[in-house]
Amino acid sequence: MPDKNNPAGSKQPMNRLQMIDITKQFPGVLANDHVNLDVSAGEILALLGENGAGKSTLMKQLYGLYQPDSGKILINEKECHFSSPTDAIHAGIGMIHQHFMLVSNLTVRENVALGLKSSKQPFLDLNTVEKKMMEICDTYNLKLNPRAFIWQLSVGEQQRVEIVKTLYRGADLLILDEPTAVLTPQEVDEFFLILKKMAQEKHLIIFISHKLNEVLAISDRVTILRDGRSVGQRENKNLTKTELAQMMVGRPVVLQYDREATVVGDVKLKIEDLWVKNDWNEDQVKGISLEIRSGEILGLAGVSGNGQRELAEALAGLRKCSKGHIEIEKKDMTKASPYERILAGQSYIPEERNKEGIVREFDIMENFILEDHDKIPYSKHLILNFSNIATATRKAVDDFSVKTPTLTTKVKNLSGGNIQKLILARELNRNPKILIAAQPTRGVDIGATEYIHRRLLKQRKEGTATLLISEDLDEIRALSDRIAVIFEGRIMGIVDGPTATAEKLGLMMAGAQEEIQI
Amino acid sequence: MGNLFSTATIFGIIGMAIRLAMPYLYAGLGELFNQAAGCFNLGVEGIMMMGAFSAFYVVYQTGNLLLGIIAAAVVGLLMGLIMSLISVTFKAAQGISGIGLTMFGVGLSSLLFKTLLQGTVLSVSGFTPIKIPFLGDIPYIGETFFQNNLMVYLAYCLIPVCSIVLYKTTLGLKIRSVGQNPQAADTLGVSVIKIRYLCVCIGSILAGIAGATFSIANINMFQEKMTNGTGYIAVALVYFSGWKPKGVLFGALLFSFVNALQLRMQVLGINIPSDIAMMLPYILTIVTLIFVQSRDAPAALSVPYERSEN
Repeated sequence: MPDKNNPAGSKQPMNRLQMIDITKQFPGVLANDHVNLDVSAGEILALLGENGAGKSTLMKQLYGLYQPDSGKILINEKECHFSSPTDAIHAGIGMIHQHFMLVSNLTVRENVALGLKSSKQPFLDLNTVEKKMMEICDTYNLKLNPRAFIWQLSVGEQQRVEIVKTLYRGADLLILDEPTAVLTPQEVDEFFLILKKMAQEKHLIIFISHKLNEVLAISDRVTILRDGRSVGQRENKNLTKTELAQMMVGRPVVLQYDREATVVGDVKLKIEDLWVKNDWNEDQVKGISLEIRSGEILGLAGVSGNGQRELAEALAGLRKCSKGHIEIEKKDMTKASPYERILAGQSYIPEERNKEGIVREFDIMENFILEDHDKIPYSKHLILNFSNIATATRKAVDDFSVKTPTLTTKVKNLSGGNIQKLILARELNRNPKILIAAQPTRGVDIGATEYIHRRLLKQRKEGTATLLISEDLDEIRALSDRIAVIFEGRIMGIVDGPTATAEKLGLMMAGAQEEIQI
Repeated sequence: MGNLFSTATIFGIIGMAIRLAMPYLYAGLGELFNQAAGCFNLGVEGIMMMGAFSAFYVVYQTGNLLLGIIAAAVVGLLMGLIMSLISVTFKAAQGISGIGLTMFGVGLSSLLFKTLLQGTVLSVSGFTPIKIPFLGDIPYIGETFFQNNLMVYLAYCLIPVCSIVLYKTTLGLKIRSVGQNPQAADTLGVSVIKIRYLCVCIGSILAGIAGATFSIANINMFQEKMTNGTGYIAVALVYFSGWKPKGVLFGALLFSFVNALQLRMQVLGINIPSDIAMMLPYILTIVTLIFVQSRDAPAALSVPYERSEN
């Protein structure tokens, strides 16, 4: 496949890649501290670590986006320097980022061709690109329409575009940054088959993840990072989840929660035949009816983009409903403003925590009182009372173990997990009757996730009616009393939480209707 | 009072519209390049004034029209380098730096006019109409379309050229991706900085030439502030165009047609207050902008690019 127009055409195949004693310092943070990593052709190496452990930083140095302060990168035992992604691409390295790097208003083949010399330089030669691209698709069983626009594709398809794009550039080494976060269990299986096929074809694969199941399922070896250091390199033989989790977090981690039986009370939130439109004025939520009772967690499972976001925003009062009703404690709140819903006792943890959950430029105290700043004790006669604010914030920060140097630290300087804990502290501080939690642990490390899960269960015990919207099936299954599965804006069925299997949920997430409704 | 609907008047208005569209085309296509790569250059007006003055001054001194155009292009390039240094390298807010550049250009051109030409309005012999053989002899049509000066023809030739560059070349693909998703482009080894510099410079060269058309290819004299907001209209035209070269053509023609119409109405003495007539094209611009929506709007427009930490 590689030829003179392909920058990767002339190089030697990569047999081995080593990163030795890589150190990278950012202002105030030692992101990588003498990290070592070694991967050979035909091998899948899992790079395991919590958010902020330095996985991404390490990989960005391998991909030429950052330069290491010290340490060496060796390919086939020869030292290499990558000052830009171009250098890394030339050396046969390809990276599939967690947030896809696709241009949404270009077609699949244009995205593949981007940045490459064409055979008819300076003019594009998209037909040749398409032909070569389809050869790759055939080899690896990737189904793709080369002329579709990216915005028309599902997330799974977009990921395939990323893979094709990388292989098209002649990559021997593929870095996959949390590639399964957006896939259904069935899609994950399919994706793993592709990975194994690529390993068989003598590619080197680095698989970044914090999901222990997947690491155990797919990798040959595991390298574990914690706080910027490599704390372990293991063959994937007789490894257990508990062992990996402990190495990753640095202390024993509980992977199962005790869900005490609670008294399920009255219906707190009732959704009746709700229809909601998306940003393009198309129906995205199509007649959803749900009831959530005090003291229960209703999990809403589904692949992203099936109406979860629109539903959550409609419930929060941020998006208009085109049809149907929302009732909070038997009172019609369909047209209520976000503020009225807050007053009615509803809390909302938004999916986009950085955009909607906090004001990044504000400090911790200011973010903490966003919703209640106009009430005693935080303010009186329009004047903010900073000593009361500081006291309350200090208590919440301690309660929810938000790690921050000071209360006046800008929230943008906190890690994702700490930001989420702060949002949780703010929302739960009001002891809500109803909690809408959208993707509460996405991008949050395992330690903070465990903490957030415990708080959600505590809230359940105290009688809060919780709607937990999540794409993480493990999370849904661990916490929910009942699980509703959403697909293309409709509920495919509601099943009992503790007994639901991943297979069954996976099928429903892909559109199979549940026959018996519980 | 003349008849607005006589054949001669109608073709007269169309012909005038075609000539009036020229600066909008140069400046608008230039701004299209800027914006396609995600740079919002509000400095067009200032660059045009500098282009207008430098072209005029060079032609006044040498009598060489080609040198005049080259001077305008070079001055445009220099202004473009300033703009890209501020907005691409130093990542300053683009709206503000553009306004600054406009004030700088307008002010400096006035200063140079007063020092180098003692503030006297002079005239030069600029580009003269070229009659295209045969086509130029067709009644009405020939006079309207095929008896224009070189710069007018070039302006219209520029449209397909821009289309081809943006949609048929590897460079165009890079430009569009840098405007839409610079992170994606960067990871594929496309230098966001280089592409943005290139586009801002192309845009500024074209803006410089657009200015030159005022002083050496239309009224052939230089006055302070003679571009009179054309640069801003050009920026608006790009939004109106849906970020497509042919949209720029359509917008430029629509705008200059309304402009020609109001000029002709004034000449014919049709009883509309001239201030209202002069407002017409601008009102039209605002109204059309309200309805503009396009999926091709560069998502990263006016957002400085930084390799993020996460």
